[in-house]
Amino acid sequence: MVCNTCLFSVWQSCMMKACRMRKLNLFYGIRVRAKSWSYVFGEDVGFGGVFRCTTGLADTFGKHRVFNTPLCEQGIVGFGIGLAAMGNRAVAEIQFADYIFPAFDQIVNEAAKFRYRSGNLFNCGGLTIRTPYGAVGHGALYHSQSPEAYFCHVPGLKVVIPRSPTQAKGLLLAAIRDPNPVIFFEPKWLYRLSVEDVPEGDYTLPLSQAEVIREGGDITLVGWGAQLAIMEEACVEASKEGISCELIDLRTLLPWDKEIVEASVNKTGRLLVSHEAPITGGFGAEIAASITERCFLRLESPVARVCGLDTPFPLVFEPFYMPTKNKILDAIKASVNF
Amino acid sequence: MAMATAAVASVRLATTNALPRATQRSRDNEACSALNSAFFKNSIPSSSRSSRKNLKTLNDGSRKGICVRVKASTSDMVKEKALPADGQLISRHEGLDLYEDMILGRAFEDMCAQMYYRGKMFGFVHLYNGQEAVSTGFIKGLKKADYVCSTYRDHVHALSKGVPARQVMSELFGKATGCCRGQGGSMHMFSKEHNVLGGFAFIGEGIPVATGAAFTTKYRREVLKDDSADEVTIAFFGDGTCNNGQFFECLNMAALWKLPIVFVVENNLWAIGMSHYRATSVPEIWKKGPAFGMPGIHVDGMDVLKVREVAKEAIARARRGDGPTLVECETYRFRGHSLADPDELRKPAEKAHYAARDPIAALKNYLLENRLATEKELSAIEETINELIEDAVEFAEASPLPPHSQLLENVFADPKGFGIGPDGRYRCEGPGFTAGTAQV
Repeated sequence: MVCNTCLFSVWQSCMMKACRMRKLNLFYGIRVRAKSWSYVFGEDVGFGGVFRCTTGLADTFGKHRVFNTPLCEQGIVGFGIGLAAMGNRAVAEIQFADYIFPAFDQIVNEAAKFRYRSGNLFNCGGLTIRTPYGAVGHGALYHSQSPEAYFCHVPGLKVVIPRSPTQAKGLLLAAIRDPNPVIFFEPKWLYRLSVEDVPEGDYTLPLSQAEVIREGGDITLVGWGAQLAIMEEACVEASKEGISCELIDLRTLLPWDKEIVEASVNKTGRLLVSHEAPITGGFGAEIAASITERCFLRLESPVARVCGLDTPFPLVFEPFYMPTKNKILDAIKASVNF
Repeated sequence: MAMATAAVASVRLATTNALPRATQRSRDNEACSALNSAFFKNSIPSSSRSSRKNLKTLNDGSRKGICVRVKASTSDMVKEKALPADGQLISRHEGLDLYEDMILGRAFEDMCAQMYYRGKMFGFVHLYNGQEAVSTGFIKGLKKADYVCSTYRDHVHALSKGVPARQVMSELFGKATGCCRGQGGSMHMFSKEHNVLGGFAFIGEGIPVATGAAFTTKYRREVLKDDSADEVTIAFFGDGTCNNGQFFECLNMAALWKLPIVFVVENNLWAIGMSHYRATSVPEIWKKGPAFGMPGIHVDGMDVLKVREVAKEAIARARRGDGPTLVECETYRFRGHSLADPDELRKPAEKAHYAARDPIAALKNYLLENRLATEKELSAIEETINELIEDAVEFAEASPLPPHSQLLENVFADPKGFGIGPDGRYRCEGPGFTAGTAQV
């Protein structure tokens, strides 16, 4: 891989097709080069990481900037907060989102509140936590969780979830440059499945701005991450039955783009939210409550949530647990026929 | 290979500089004298001896990887112990028992790999090949009532503890006849009957659980005055875990309350792709025991006889009520971290070095050279085990998948009102389950 000398250069050999993990590599090329005080660290990132997202970075930028940490999530994030508080750009990787819980204390009690409690003297905006989340088909209880809801309850944090390689690059760059601590959940299902032409060069996508990825008039569907692909399939099936669905990718869960969802629901009158995480207390509940507040008189049917069941992520019955295309389709029809 | 000679447990007890003198006297005097009598004369074979200078080369981040060994230091608490009169470390019966257990572990894991690549089992599977001496050496020294807490590399721990191969294989296939009814999978082997407290996908999560189990035993004994309560708990974990907070928290609690627990570190030098020496400021894990007030021991984990000697003493110490022990077993996994790991990072020379120290081959040589068994007997054992494994696979294949209703069971103690609706049926079997919201 060759990079040219411009400040925001990218790997030339990744020009055309870039599958997701190489996309992340692209971004890193940009990000890490830009600032000599940015760091990428986490478990096994040195050799490239278990999903190969950081391949080649240590060789290019040096082991003093791309390095492995011992196996201590609390330490990794806390250490990242310290780096960020000193003005560095720290990109911490938590190997699987299921492992983020030891770091939960540092994220919630320190990262989110640093600026607030120091009266803006210090902040850890330079911290970005990247972590693969979500079902992968065979992950079972501890390699498939979607913990985004826990973090959406914390003022001071931002939570960003991309749906594709192109989105991921732009959103990740934006997340790293954002002067607030960001947790960036990467759908691990897409690491190997998603192949896309990712534009070279530096670009960011706006945070806290949702995107309408499919226009429609009968019902609004809201989702994020890998679930959107499932929802898209359901939309296609529904259109065969004459139901026109509008599909919105939230992209940033905290703070989320209420306006765009509200505008869409005002158009369609129906809302369906879908996520992999268990339904009770999932982020769909926040969306449902907010939209009901704002669009109560416009709603034609109750807000539908098609989500994971209220069980730990199962081993053998993953397909039964997941919010599948058919479940979403059933819910679309029930909503439209309410 | 060390075992062929009169070499015995290369155990060094390192507690010098552990505690200030006064504390040592007041707290550990009894423990000291017990330990003093415990250890054999040491003749460490050169293959497991270490030199500290190798460590320095590694600390600069270069990838030497191979043969960087840990030097165990002597302590004034180690006394020599004479060999038994007949010079034998082990009886014929015990030897065959150990051999059979290790062969069971190895054959089972090899079959797992086959089944995985044939698509019969799925998910993240972590195999134990190469580390059998640790499992066999420790767990065979336990009673049925003793507890074992493991990691995600837990198939062989469960097997050594006595969980039938059929149940473990079924669990791996996700079938209803598995030891956890198919709900746990490879990384979560539990057994109420054999007191296996899991299988933990998370590193370090099992150590506090083991500490709690040990506390229960001590409580029953001392507070409830139940003299029959003398169970020992063993917590197994790896080198990467020793940099995790939970490890240190539990060392402290166990030593503080003198719990009947043995902390066994299976140091196979690698945490997925991270070399132990590049992740740890003080790579000698056994040294962390004395820092918390318990003995720390380093042992050659590729040698089942040595492990067994250390295990006997550590378990006896716990059972007597003298408190916890930290045992570091230098071992190696012959396969990658998991079946999805291409294992590209470890140097071939390092792998070859440890492959030459295969614990099963070593025990076989020892048994043959000391005429404790014949070639034919050992082959017969291998055949029996192979048949057992084949039977386990057939059983697992023929077993049914769990019913769908099982998805909603065991979330809470009482499934009613949750997975079971007001009509008494499982909600997921009702007609409206997928229409509208997927609620339970």
